[in-house]
Amino acid sequence: MSGETSSSLASPAAVAVPFKPPVVRRGLSAIVINHPTFVVGLAILTVVFVLALTADILYPGDPMDMVGPPLLWPFQDMEYPLGTDSLGRDVAAGLVYGARVSLIIGFSAASIGLLIGTLVGAIGGFFGGLIDNALARLTELFQTVPTFLLVIVIVAIGEPSLPVMALAIGIASWPTIARLVRAQFRSLRQQDFVMAARSLGYSNTRIIFMEILPNALPPVVVTASVMVAGAILTETGLSFLNMGDPNLVSWGSMIGGGREMLRTAWYLTALPGIATALTVLALNLIGDGLNEIFNPRMRQR
Amino acid sequence: MTAPASSAPARSEPHAGNRLLDVRDLCVAFPGHLAVRGISFHIDRGETLALVGESGCGKSATSLAVMRLLPPGARIAGAVTFDGIDLVQANERTLRDLRGKRMGLILQEPMTSLNPVLTIGDQIAENLMRHEKLTRAQARARTVELLDLVRIPDPARRYDDYPHNMSGGMRQRVMIAMAVACNPQLLIADEPTTALDVTLQSEVLELLDSLRRQLDMALLLITHDLGVVAQWADRVAVMYAGNIVEKAGAHALFENPAHPYSRGLMGSTLRLEGGGHYTSQRLTEIPGTVASALHEPGCNFAPRCALATADCRIAPPPLRPFEGRQVACPVVTQPSKEADRVAAGR
Amino acid sequence: MRLLSRTGRSLRRTLIQAVPTVIGIVILNFLLLQLVPGDAADVIAGESGSATVESMAALRKQFGLDQPVLVQLLSYLNHLAHFSLGFSPRYNMPVGELIMARLPYTLMLMACAFTLSLVVGIACGALMAAFARRWPDRAMSLVVLVLYSAPGFWVGLMMIVLFSVHLGWLPSGGAITIGANLGFWDAVGDQLAHLVLPSFSLACFFIAVYARLTRSAMLEVERQDFVRTAQAKGLTPFTIQIRHVLRNALIPVTTVAGLHLGNMLGGAIVVETVFGWPGMGRLALDAVMARDFSVLLGVLLLSSFVVIFANVLIDLLHAWLDPRIEAE
Repeated sequence: MSGETSSSLASPAAVAVPFKPPVVRRGLSAIVINHPTFVVGLAILTVVFVLALTADILYPGDPMDMVGPPLLWPFQDMEYPLGTDSLGRDVAAGLVYGARVSLIIGFSAASIGLLIGTLVGAIGGFFGGLIDNALARLTELFQTVPTFLLVIVIVAIGEPSLPVMALAIGIASWPTIARLVRAQFRSLRQQDFVMAARSLGYSNTRIIFMEILPNALPPVVVTASVMVAGAILTETGLSFLNMGDPNLVSWGSMIGGGREMLRTAWYLTALPGIATALTVLALNLIGDGLNEIFNPRMRQR
Repeated sequence: MTAPASSAPARSEPHAGNRLLDVRDLCVAFPGHLAVRGISFHIDRGETLALVGESGCGKSATSLAVMRLLPPGARIAGAVTFDGIDLVQANERTLRDLRGKRMGLILQEPMTSLNPVLTIGDQIAENLMRHEKLTRAQARARTVELLDLVRIPDPARRYDDYPHNMSGGMRQRVMIAMAVACNPQLLIADEPTTALDVTLQSEVLELLDSLRRQLDMALLLITHDLGVVAQWADRVAVMYAGNIVEKAGAHALFENPAHPYSRGLMGSTLRLEGGGHYTSQRLTEIPGTVASALHEPGCNFAPRCALATADCRIAPPPLRPFEGRQVACPVVTQPSKEADRVAAGR
Repeated sequence: MRLLSRTGRSLRRTLIQAVPTVIGIVILNFLLLQLVPGDAADVIAGESGSATVESMAALRKQFGLDQPVLVQLLSYLNHLAHFSLGFSPRYNMPVGELIMARLPYTLMLMACAFTLSLVVGIACGALMAAFARRWPDRAMSLVVLVLYSAPGFWVGLMMIVLFSVHLGWLPSGGAITIGANLGFWDAVGDQLAHLVLPSFSLACFFIAVYARLTRSAMLEVERQDFVRTAQAKGLTPFTIQIRHVLRNALIPVTTVAGLHLGNMLGGAIVVETVFGWPGMGRLALDAVMARDFSVLLGVLLLSSFVVIFANVLIDLLHAWLDPRIEAE
């Protein structure tokens, strides 16, 4: 049988209608070719990760220390390629150490949010009825309180340290995941494979975690990358308001510090902001890419 | 539900100067497959042509190609002439002025073919305001008349209903009112009754036919239901895997289908005149699927055809005149003993 | 007429649902704030620098801080039932007055930012959908993605650098020009000039959210059968995009817009700080620093009201946009 579509043309007129058969690629090369933005996002994030991990090697010593003359503009002195701030601290060193804080907060806060959200959503969506109603109300309640205000209050309860900030951001961000997981569970629990698991006498816990959850995961994974991005943005805002850990350099605190010099040395504000935007951009690109990979239908649009 | 073919109302023989739509060597390609493979047919003014075939044979693609409403990515070749206008070469603006004004389209699924957030009246009036340059009030008055014409009870009140307030049959009537709003010369109905209850099907078709006569429209009726063809069409084109395999008068085709595929289609339709019933008369099936035909170098139907010879698999057979019709089957058209025997023993 | 009864029903439902939410928020916040170490007496004493154990106890007694938590909660709820938000030890004035002085500014900023984000976001999304997968779409998608990724308050700071410092077009902070004696229209103009940068700074993230959402919703709607029906009527692409596609795409966009209101109010805290805007966000921040819980509770409660009220508006909009809501 001939694979060429054009060979079976009934009319010569149709020969004028050429088209290429779609090339179907699989595996890693398919992702690289079909989702270039995903790869770009992954590349940027990898660079940020490497910089954060090698901060001690690149810039040994405390980034809070004064190392050079104050207020050097970027590229003015190649010893401090991104310049120095009003106290003579190296901006490049600050950015590299700040990457650590942002990544730690971003990923731990998103994990906490994911954990709470998945549990609340899964339990509500799976059991339904009164429990679901109560949990849905709780979710709604948390969504009505302005997220950032809630984070500030929780940080004020504890102390401005990394674990407390991560916890606060996590607690404030779980409702999104809870709604998503709940919707997934509500539709999935009706499906045949859950019926089958029930008829085999599996426990609810097993059905929730072993049967339904893996099927509910794709949209959760997509949202998770957006949550990491959101957590990094929240952390930046928090440190900008001086509510972060005073002993650590973070992008937000650098923006806050640079704000005093906004009129004369705006690069002090611009650079940490660009670092934040790039990292968050990378995470969003990854999220969009994952979305495309999980929902191939979207690509055809 | 299928009336005997002989009871179909006699229609005047269409004459040549009356040609409304002329389709020549039409091809439609979607990315990855060729849906329509060079078909030719014509429709005269006021005439009903039925395009028959199973799903996936390219009949919907044909109807959309005539309206030039194929989805982006689809390609079209050949010539489609509508009242002297070349639709394949026409620009978007010309096409927009034709659509809705001189050509109307009715889609299969009345549930999804109406915009859920606009009232049905506004959706009909929209057409009138676009083409007839009516004011809102004039369009409303005309729409109420149209709703009445398609036999929707209490049309003035129904104007402000949303599609979700209406039943499937009512919605299809709204679709019909919308399509005929500007008295088009050609109405294309793509499986207009498939999504409806059996009891509603003949009502809707009867409505379509009476509107056709009242408004002097030509009708391109796309269907897989041969009962519909026998009752409402003047002429029939049978499509298989992107090709037209037989063109004949509706009566002739129904009485005596020539192409093996047409025979298969007839065989799988119950015939009341013979007193047949599925309990007493076995329904014949066509073996295989359409998919098996897609990469066939010769006749597309050959893999499923009981009459196929080795020649059939070499080159696609052209349509040839045969007994006052056109048939794309060399075995049937070149009378041989084998074919005669099969035809007689049908 | 039908629209009216429908919106009425939806309004009633929303308000009934809002009551337990508000009570829940009060109790939750109250208990949460009890966990915060230190109280207003500590801060006041710390600032005056001359506190004795006796004077601290007197302060606590004066503000009822020495009572058990449950008693404090009940007393607070009792105040609320009489439309009183309590008394601020720090500002030495009723919390209600304090908040009411700030509320108009927050509402003004929120309304501007929300309208701006919806209008610009939906317009951008519609344009992107119209040019889907061609270069205008790709270029706008990139801009939108940057807005989606950059911290809004940082965008605000950068706009100060450009528009206030270098170009001198717009004021860099405050709500009005202090000391200027302006006529009515000049005062309005002055107010608007002060609003531009904070509104955009607060809106830019949400512009991106709505633009992305509008784009994908419109592309989803475009594949529906009724769009083909509209094309078969010979309507122009513009009419089809606006009347048929966008109209349907607005339904999911407004739903999400409602969900994001709380976030926007939170974002206002940072933006108000950047621009020295005298709104509730900064009041809340000061209240946290000063451990002034009655003010903080009042702000939390009021912002919840704002969110609920805005959601009612969204519901009304929704009922108007989607006639099928009645059926549910």
